[in-house]
Amino acid sequence: MRQRSSSLGQAYDVSEMFSKEQSLEMFEKLCRIRYFELNVKEAYDQKKIKAPIYLSIGQEAVPAALSTVYKPDSKFTQHRGHGYYIAYGGDLEALADELLHKPTGCAKGMAGSASIHSPKIGMIGHDGHMGSEVPIGVGYLFGRNFKTGLNEKGLIVVGDAAAEEDYVLATYGYASKKNIQCLFVCEDNNLSILTKVEARRNWKTSNVARSFGLESIDITDDPWTIMYYAKEFDKKLPAFMNIHVARAVWHAGTGNDGPPEWDRFSLIREELERLELKKESDEIEAREKNEISELWKRL
Amino acid sequence: MGEKVSDTIKRISREHLTKHNGLILGQCLTAVGWVGGTVPEMKEEEGIVELSMSDVLNGYFVTGIARAGRRPIYVVRYQGFQWFNSIGLINYAAKSKDLWEAPCPTFIRSIAMDGGIGPVASGTHHGIYARMPGIPIAAPMTPKEYESVWDYFMSHDDVVLCSEHRRSFGIDYEFEDTIKNDADITLLPISSTRLNAIEAVKNLEKEGITCNINNVLWLKPFNPSDKMIYSVNNSKYGGLFLDGEHENGLAKCLAFDLMHKIEKKIHVLGLEERTAGFSPHLDNLPPSAGKIEKKVKEIMSKG
Repeated sequence: MRQRSSSLGQAYDVSEMFSKEQSLEMFEKLCRIRYFELNVKEAYDQKKIKAPIYLSIGQEAVPAALSTVYKPDSKFTQHRGHGYYIAYGGDLEALADELLHKPTGCAKGMAGSASIHSPKIGMIGHDGHMGSEVPIGVGYLFGRNFKTGLNEKGLIVVGDAAAEEDYVLATYGYASKKNIQCLFVCEDNNLSILTKVEARRNWKTSNVARSFGLESIDITDDPWTIMYYAKEFDKKLPAFMNIHVARAVWHAGTGNDGPPEWDRFSLIREELERLELKKESDEIEAREKNEISELWKRL
Repeated sequence: MGEKVSDTIKRISREHLTKHNGLILGQCLTAVGWVGGTVPEMKEEEGIVELSMSDVLNGYFVTGIARAGRRPIYVVRYQGFQWFNSIGLINYAAKSKDLWEAPCPTFIRSIAMDGGIGPVASGTHHGIYARMPGIPIAAPMTPKEYESVWDYFMSHDDVVLCSEHRRSFGIDYEFEDTIKNDADITLLPISSTRLNAIEAVKNLEKEGITCNINNVLWLKPFNPSDKMIYSVNNSKYGGLFLDGEHENGLAKCLAFDLMHKIEKKIHVLGLEERTAGFSPHLDNLPPSAGKIEKKVKEIMSKG
């Protein structure tokens, strides 16, 4: 069995399959997520945010890469959803207001960090039951498309813990049977709070999804590898991607237990330099860092 | 002869598919009998969708369909199956309007039956839904009552729990409330207990005990009518809720609410506080006429 690592399933030259514009678009989104989340962390540490927060620091590459090549009509995430909201064009100020408990938040303060929602970008909120977004999302897509003449696509994201819920697994089977046009993504940070996957199961989500009839892959969070498979799977929906990520902070809040298993942000910078995109990417990073910082100063 | 409840349900369901772009979903809908003759004999391409046998998935799946605006009718063939099916409907569909101003209107046909079906599947289970906000609950037993519950659903954006009973399917008449000024007690029957209540009242009258009957249709929100309050207040020994669920399910909540509006005591009689077995002598059925009569006499003897 292939083991979790920073290079699992990654081809050396995959980044060269994408245009300069696509690589920079992906990096711009990645920086926007990262610096937004770092500002959230600061606000939380300053006790401006009083409700639980679920940061995606260290996991930014997945939404940044997916949103660059996969354009679903609806998106379903669970508690760690800031990155998807940002990557798919959600209003940053409305998200910040939501986290700061303001009535101008994207859910008027009802949703907080865990249940963000934005009809404008087709992001449907989560209720807090781990993995419920999987059957709800599949039902939503069935309802949108059945006898309506529409052919809408969806993106449904779970974590590696929610991926074990019985109703999540059963949904893969029903989505396969009903040919639901959906890309399922498991963000696998190997942790349920602090309990590792190996303590909880001896099976792989990608194998189970395949057994239900879904196209399936098990890869690391290299963004070009993600983009490659997302483009391929877009033609073969429903499909499933288990993507290994290295969470940089705790499940909830801002603490950490030392450095993450790998630093994807640095690895991406190195690859952009190898692609001779250092100058442009440095400019993008500086601009995003500044703009996000200015946004939070205004709040 | 009027339209039976089963025909009313079937007619409403067919119209929902053909005129409102609705969907009917459930397990084994097309099996022999088409759920007691209540599901129109139509095909999946016409909107009758067979679900998987994963109950928890199905409740969430239907919630997603509701979120997409299709106003699904969700058929749960035994109310005991709600222990699995209700999770998504209670925690997502019913909360979505408050959380995100995104209603998920769903009509849940939760079907009860009694006798010989063991510890889980039998009886009514509306209490599972009643404890959480956002879900109106009704227990119609007649064609007109059923239609009124459906009309409520179609004119609102709520998740509605329709607590059905198979004993209602053949009913083609309406129940009348009876109010006498010199009554000893007012019976407040829910769902199928209405049928046993009528029999009990006849038997009690032979012994000189006078009972009013005030049938209960809407269980939540529970807004007792002036007529119900008058009836109970003018009954010497107050009122008695009758339910086919365990007494801690919903009946005690209704009794609590009503008691705060009147000057008399309200009692409850539901299933016995024990697990049902399959054998007839171990079954746990809604209060029979005999049990109702016994309970009324007990209340009267205690004053």
